[in-house]
Amino acid sequence: MRLSLDEVRHVARLGRLAMTDQQCEAMRDQLDSILAHFEALQELDTDDVEPTSHSLDMANVYRDDEPAPSFDRDRILANAPKRDDECFRVPLIMEED
Amino acid sequence: MELFHRTAHELAELLRRKELSAVELCDAVLGRIEAVEPRVRAYVTVMADVAREQAKAVDARRAAGEDLPPLAGIPLAVKDNMCTVDAPTTCSSKVLEHFVAPYDATVVARARQAGCVFTGKTNLDEFAMGSSTENSAFFTTCNPWDLERAPGGSSGGSAAATAAGEAIIALGSDTGGSIRQPASFCSLVGLKPTYGRVSRYGLVAFASSLDQIGPLTKDVRDTALLMNLLAGHDPMDSTSADRPVPDLTELLGRDIRGIRIGVPKEFFAEGTDPEVANAVHAAIRQLESLGAIVGEASTPTVSYGLPTYYIIAPSEASSNLARFDGVRYGHRTSKPVADNVELYEQSRAESFGPEVQRRIMIGTYALSAGYYDAYYLKAQKVRTLLKRDFDKVFEQFDIIAWPTSPCLPFRFGERGDPLSMYMADVCTIPVNMVGIPAVSLPCGFSSGGLPIGIQLGASYFEEPKLLQVAYAYEQSAGFHARRAPLGASCGGEA
Repeated sequence: MRLSLDEVRHVARLGRLAMTDQQCEAMRDQLDSILAHFEALQELDTDDVEPTSHSLDMANVYRDDEPAPSFDRDRILANAPKRDDECFRVPLIMEED
Repeated sequence: MELFHRTAHELAELLRRKELSAVELCDAVLGRIEAVEPRVRAYVTVMADVAREQAKAVDARRAAGEDLPPLAGIPLAVKDNMCTVDAPTTCSSKVLEHFVAPYDATVVARARQAGCVFTGKTNLDEFAMGSSTENSAFFTTCNPWDLERAPGGSSGGSAAATAAGEAIIALGSDTGGSIRQPASFCSLVGLKPTYGRVSRYGLVAFASSLDQIGPLTKDVRDTALLMNLLAGHDPMDSTSADRPVPDLTELLGRDIRGIRIGVPKEFFAEGTDPEVANAVHAAIRQLESLGAIVGEASTPTVSYGLPTYYIIAPSEASSNLARFDGVRYGHRTSKPVADNVELYEQSRAESFGPEVQRRIMIGTYALSAGYYDAYYLKAQKVRTLLKRDFDKVFEQFDIIAWPTSPCLPFRFGERGDPLSMYMADVCTIPVNMVGIPAVSLPCGFSSGGLPIGIQLGASYFEEPKLLQVAYAYEQSAGFHARRAPLGASCGGEA
């Protein structure tokens, strides 16, 4: 099976990775050889097998909803690539009227 | 033996008897870092000032007559994917190059509380994806046993630091072998605990159903002591196991007569270096001579472990790494962008390295509409088959034994294409897939003097028995006492 360039572009878009056409082609070759390696799994009959998502025998874990102090705002914002007073700055997300 | 080459339990005894101060020990290790770090390159950040302050504080507490925890004053290196408030946490990625976490990881908080002295943050393959540290965005760490070879990965910095005497003990994380394989390459003891035994809070997530933090040390007793500190329930990690934490030093020294050891034949597949296979078989014979009952075990689906892992781990990674969007922290593009999606796409493409991008692509593909059943769901089902294999083996055996790595420490660049590098993890991956604990420990050296590790595994939460057997072997074999030759050729140092 060979991935099409459009498929690679689509996956890159889903993964939020900007890629040039040249990068997409190189990625296609690498993904092809890795995906070929996955084909071996089809040899196993898993029709009646339940999936395992992790090894622990536990499902949801709940705790009491108790108020506690949150992180200091300045410490959080200190890592912001762009900040505006108490906010993170991002490009415009809505057109101005 | 120089202070920096000694074990934590020996040094702890000297500290307790006040024959050594924490500051003296800290200075010895910092001096060693200064002497050999230019060649080993284990650290992304050396925390010399923090370490000195911590060492002083420990000495003050001891002088005041306080009864201190066993590892108080012991220099500890932390893999740079665990959050620390007083040093950057980079994951060896350009994404997080300048990131300082607003909180300590639970393991870091515990170590801080116990008086450990933080030497620094160690290099890794970017976001822990790799087996050699060659995927670090900053530099490659060298193996102290042979500077032209990889220290293993992804916890290669932690392993190299410990083996070079640049730390006494270290923390690593293991998603597919990232503690055990570098332990094997650097002749150390490295334990991947049972999934859920150690809190993952503050460990930058790679594959959440597989990640586990554990120790890298020079002997089994140090691993037991560090695990005693790390293990336990944490309300901040919903996958943390809420069950009692046994003292792992308790069974050390007990004889292992009658303990049943299974040798899964599938793990000695073709492609295993004959020197590795010979050393591991010799170690198994030694265990037998100590009274263990050795038999052949079988895990028929284990050869499917690798493709299963390389579907599940990148799938989880592609989801976990979605948080790096250049908005709240991490790298943001300086190019002009039209909208937020372009901001994400540009920022991520500029700052994730090739291997990380490759895994995001694999994972995104495996989870995408139309392929989910064929890849991700299929892999989750094969995971169940793997688990059944191991459950069956543990009905018959207490411990299983096999090589940690199919190959000797390789030269840089030797495993250029991704698939050949993935193959290096074939012996370690199944352990993460099923969640059991496993330890790698030194079992000899190749004719060229390169370290070889044996891997021992046990059933869920059987760390006490696992370390009991590991300790018995280690003490009778004695390979743990050797140190990397690095020091001898180092002019001018003590």
